[in-house]
Amino acid sequence: MDHNATTPVRPEVLEALLPYYKEHFGNPSSVHWAGRAVAGAVETAREQVARLIDCSPAEIVFTGSGSEGDNFALKGTAEALRDKGNHIITTSVEHPAVLNTCKYLEKQGFEVTYLPVDRDGMLDLADLEGAITDRTILISVMWGNNETGNLFPIEEIGAIAAKYKVRFHTDAVQAVGKVVVDVKKAGVDLLVLSGHKIGAPKGIGAIYIKRGTRMNALIHGGHQERNRRAGTHNVAGIVGLGKACELAGAEMEEYAARARTLRDRLEEGILSRIPEVKLNGDPDPNNRLPNTLNVSFAYIEGESLLLNFDMKGIAASSGSACTSGSLEPSHVMGAMCVDVVLAHSSTRFSLGHETTEEDVDYVLEVLPPIVERLRAMSPLYNRKEPMTCEECQVIKKVH
Amino acid sequence: MYSDKVMDHFSNPRNVGELEDADGVGEVGNASCGDIMKIFLKVEDNVIKDIKFKTFGCGAAIATSSMVTEMAIGKTLEAAMELTNAAVAEALDGLPPAKMHCSNLAADALHEAIKNYQEKQS
Repeated sequence: MDHNATTPVRPEVLEALLPYYKEHFGNPSSVHWAGRAVAGAVETAREQVARLIDCSPAEIVFTGSGSEGDNFALKGTAEALRDKGNHIITTSVEHPAVLNTCKYLEKQGFEVTYLPVDRDGMLDLADLEGAITDRTILISVMWGNNETGNLFPIEEIGAIAAKYKVRFHTDAVQAVGKVVVDVKKAGVDLLVLSGHKIGAPKGIGAIYIKRGTRMNALIHGGHQERNRRAGTHNVAGIVGLGKACELAGAEMEEYAARARTLRDRLEEGILSRIPEVKLNGDPDPNNRLPNTLNVSFAYIEGESLLLNFDMKGIAASSGSACTSGSLEPSHVMGAMCVDVVLAHSSTRFSLGHETTEEDVDYVLEVLPPIVERLRAMSPLYNRKEPMTCEECQVIKKVH
Repeated sequence: MYSDKVMDHFSNPRNVGELEDADGVGEVGNASCGDIMKIFLKVEDNVIKDIKFKTFGCGAAIATSSMVTEMAIGKTLEAAMELTNAAVAEALDGLPPAKMHCSNLAADALHEAIKNYQEKQS
C-alpha cells in the first residue's frame, strides 16, 4: 500500500539486469570487446525508455535518481538561460527535489513563483499564465502528485508554455507507468523519471531533454551521455530501467485499469465504513493517478495510525510531521489548506502491480477498529468544550 | 526506530480514558505540532489515587503518556511534580532524537494537571 514510495524490482527486470554485474561487467566507454558488448545494452535500454515516452533515444540521458533529474532540469536550465531571465514558475505542491532546488536557486539570485492550489489540490491555469513575465525562463509542474495522486493538465500547461516560448519541465516520477506519458503530445521540453517507482532498482533514473534544449551539465567529468552527464554508466541499473519501461508500456492499460478498480474499492470501502474521513485530492478519481488514495481520519495522528498498520503487516505513508522528519505536516496538505489536525492524519495508500483484491479487503477489515481505538484515545474526539483560542490561532498561523 | 518498551506502551497503553469527576486536568501541546496530551487526576490525601490520559499524537506521544501515568500513580503530588520528561523517556529505554523535543511532553501534562488541582484547592 506504499508503492508511491518505492516498488520491488520486477522479476523480469532482475533477470535482465543480473548478467550485467558478472558476465557483462565491461565499461561501455571502453573500446575493447568487453565494453562494446555492454554499450549495445545501454543503447537498447535507451530505446526502451524513449519508446515509453515517445521521444528519440538521443533525447534520453540516464541519471542516478529522480532527484538528480529534477536538479539537472532546474539548475541546468537556470544556468544556461541566465542571460535570458531569472524567473522560474513552479507549484507549491512539488516534490522536495523541485521545491528545495528552487529554494537553492532563489539564493543564487533567481526569482521563483510558487503557484497556489485549491482545496482539492488543483491549479488554476489563469494563475500560471498571469505569472509569466518576459524574464520567465522555466515552468516546472509535476505530472502527478506523489501525495494526493492529482494529475495536472500537462498538455494545457505545455500549450501555455509554447505560447509564451517558455521552457517546460515536468517531474513525471509518479506518472510514468501509471498513465500515458507522451512528451510530444504534452509539449514538454524536460521530463524526469525514476526507475524504482516502476519496478527497476533504486539508483537509476532518466531525463528527457528535447532536442535543441540548451542545458548546463550538473555533473562534470568524462564524456558520457554526450557530455550531459559524466560518470561511468550504471549499466545494470540502465538495463533494468529499460526493461521496466518496456514492461510498463506493454502492461500500462491493463495495470492502470486493475489499479483503478482496486483503488476505487478501497476508497469507497473506507468512505462508507468509517465516519469523518476526508478525501485529500481531486474528488474525480479520473483526475488522480489510478493507484493513489489519500484520506484523513479526523482526530487521529498519522504516525500512530501507520504504526498500527505496520503491526498488521500493512505499509502506508502519512503527511504527519512525525513521519516527514520536520516539525510541520505535509507541505502539500498545507498548500491545500487542509485543517492542520487533518493534515497530521493524512494517510496515503498507493497500490502496485502485486496488490490484490484480498489485500484491499484486508485493509478494509483491519482499518475500522484501529481508527476507532485511536479515536477513543484522542482528546479531540467527542470533545465537550470547543477548541481554545490558542489552538485556533496556531491553526490559523499554519495556514 | 522505537524501543520495545515504547512499542509495548504504544500498543497496550495503560490508563487510557477520562475521569468524569477529575480533581485536576492538564493539557499541553498543540494541533500544529501534531501532539496534544490531556491528563486527568484523582487526588486523595495529597496522593495521586487515579490517573487517566487522552492523547492525539504519534507513537512516542502515546507511549510517554501511558508511561507517565504508570510512574505517577501512588505518588505524592510533590514527588509527581519532580517527574521530568527526560525521566519518562528514560523509563521507556529512550526515544529517537527527533521525538525528544516534540512528543515528550507527558510530564508537562501531569504537572499542569497537578497545578490545576492545586488552584482548585486554594
